[in-house]
Amino acid sequence: MPAAIEVNGLVKEFKKGPRAVDGIDLRVEEGEIYGFLGPNGAGKSTTVHVLTTLIPPTSGEALVAGYDVAKQGAEVREQIGAALQEAALDPFLTGREHMRLQTALQGLPRAERTSRGDELIGRVGLSDAADRKVGGYSGGMKRRLDLALALVHRPRILFLDEPTTGLDPQSRTALWEEVEGLASGDGVTVFLTTQYLEEADALASRVGIIDDGRIVAEGTPATLKAEIGEPSVEAVPADPGDRERLAGVLARFGDDGDCPRSTPDAVAVRLARGDGGLADVVRALDSEGVAVQHLQVHAPSLDDVFLAKTGRSLEGQGAGAQEDGVPDEREAA
Amino acid sequence: MALQIGALARRSVNRTLRQPAQLVPSLVFPLILMAINSAGLGKATEIPGFPTDSYLTFALAIPFIQAGIFSVSNAGSDLARDIETGFLDRLALTPMTGLSLVSGQLAGVLVLGVIQGVIYLVVGLVAGADFEAGLAGVPVLLALALAISFAFGCIGIFAALRLGNGEAVQGLFPVLFVFLFLSSMALPRDLIEQDWFQTVATYNPVSYLIEGIRSLFIDGFDGQALALGFGFSLAIGLAFLAAASATLRTRLTRT
Repeated sequence: MPAAIEVNGLVKEFKKGPRAVDGIDLRVEEGEIYGFLGPNGAGKSTTVHVLTTLIPPTSGEALVAGYDVAKQGAEVREQIGAALQEAALDPFLTGREHMRLQTALQGLPRAERTSRGDELIGRVGLSDAADRKVGGYSGGMKRRLDLALALVHRPRILFLDEPTTGLDPQSRTALWEEVEGLASGDGVTVFLTTQYLEEADALASRVGIIDDGRIVAEGTPATLKAEIGEPSVEAVPADPGDRERLAGVLARFGDDGDCPRSTPDAVAVRLARGDGGLADVVRALDSEGVAVQHLQVHAPSLDDVFLAKTGRSLEGQGAGAQEDGVPDEREAA
Repeated sequence: MALQIGALARRSVNRTLRQPAQLVPSLVFPLILMAINSAGLGKATEIPGFPTDSYLTFALAIPFIQAGIFSVSNAGSDLARDIETGFLDRLALTPMTGLSLVSGQLAGVLVLGVIQGVIYLVVGLVAGADFEAGLAGVPVLLALALAISFAFGCIGIFAALRLGNGEAVQGLFPVLFVFLFLSSMALPRDLIEQDWFQTVATYNPVSYLIEGIRSLFIDGFDGQALALGFGFSLAIGLAFLAAASATLRTRLTRT
């Protein structure tokens, strides 16, 4: 069965900028939610812009719905919907007017335009606000309208570029439910970029982790976390002079060689017996008289995967930020 | 394509009419400047050869050109905002054609141009200006106002596509005012004493736009002035439309 999205050796290099996408390969199956996870500036949005035909690739091949994004742009656009970063809406138009514009530009038959628009506005819970100007919408309402507009022509594949950035938890959860419904109920393939670990974990059936334009890990969230292995324990001694003694005690319970959480202040080891060994760790520290200021067990997370692959933590790098913009090479020369 | 143009035109008109910050200055400022000019330069009508004894009648053409200059700003800023906010990308993902985008985008300023024309005419007549062309001249006047809005609107669209940001488009505003001041705005060309000024005014296309409008107020139907007014308006509009279309191919990069 052909993939919904198939990318081989995709490169995007901007004229006056960096190599934003540096030879990525990926395959997204029909009906799948694929999470594209990475920090700001990793190349997520650039990849989406290439896959949605908005910018041409420098080299490599990308097929979306079986069509080549570089040569069959119009065919690709017929098959896809996209809600790009920063819901691009006109603050002077109402939600319903946006829908009217979108249904007309997508060429829906006149008889279907109003009913389809009303159906989608209702689906994203904006019926009561449909006749209000979008300038007065909250961030969550704008994102939901953006999603509804992307669905007007019943696309097979949906690209969502950081759909929940800046949203409050309630709006984020509502949008997650909608996206899940699209994939499970309507069979839409979803390509979702995010910088939120929990979003990728909760929504995506498979995750690709991108850093510096390259995919550093790919698989289901469970597989990726299993690759990391057992939980780790991290401890900070109450007296900084006890760091070596603390390291000696913790070394009995696991190996610190594959646990990159250790810092000049903290010692961390991956527990050989899983988190069941924590009680033994506490007893050993107590019997050796090593007082600790902070002791924490970390279950493997996608952040651990990112940390293991790049040596950096993803958490805190992008929270609340507005992600990587796509350099504009379309400025008229 | 007609459906696309209609949908984009409707949006453009709605957006224009819902922005008082765009609408009010473009209606009020030209009238204020006209009032100041008429009050301060009234004595100019005593210069031998001045074509009318009412400076208000002579000056009533100026707001039409100023309205055009506002069109550059309005049409350009709206499109530049679409580029900056990513709305153009939203449109680019639909089957919309470039011609639909430009045509639809102009609709707002064209509608505004007609509204401005009606208001300037009514205010002028109420204030005591003559309108020699009479009732039959009203549709001609509005058609010429429309053509002028088209010309300047195309400049705005081109500037927005070329520059890509609203501030840069706004920066054209004073530049275009220089063209207005270096035209036959304040005096008929043959009464401008300074040779260099007369030469510049003669080569300045804005002079012919003003004189086309002015002819309807002072002379009635002057075929040559109207032909030059319509001709230059359409030539400017079409030239910048062609330039905008070429630039759009770069700006609206879709594979």
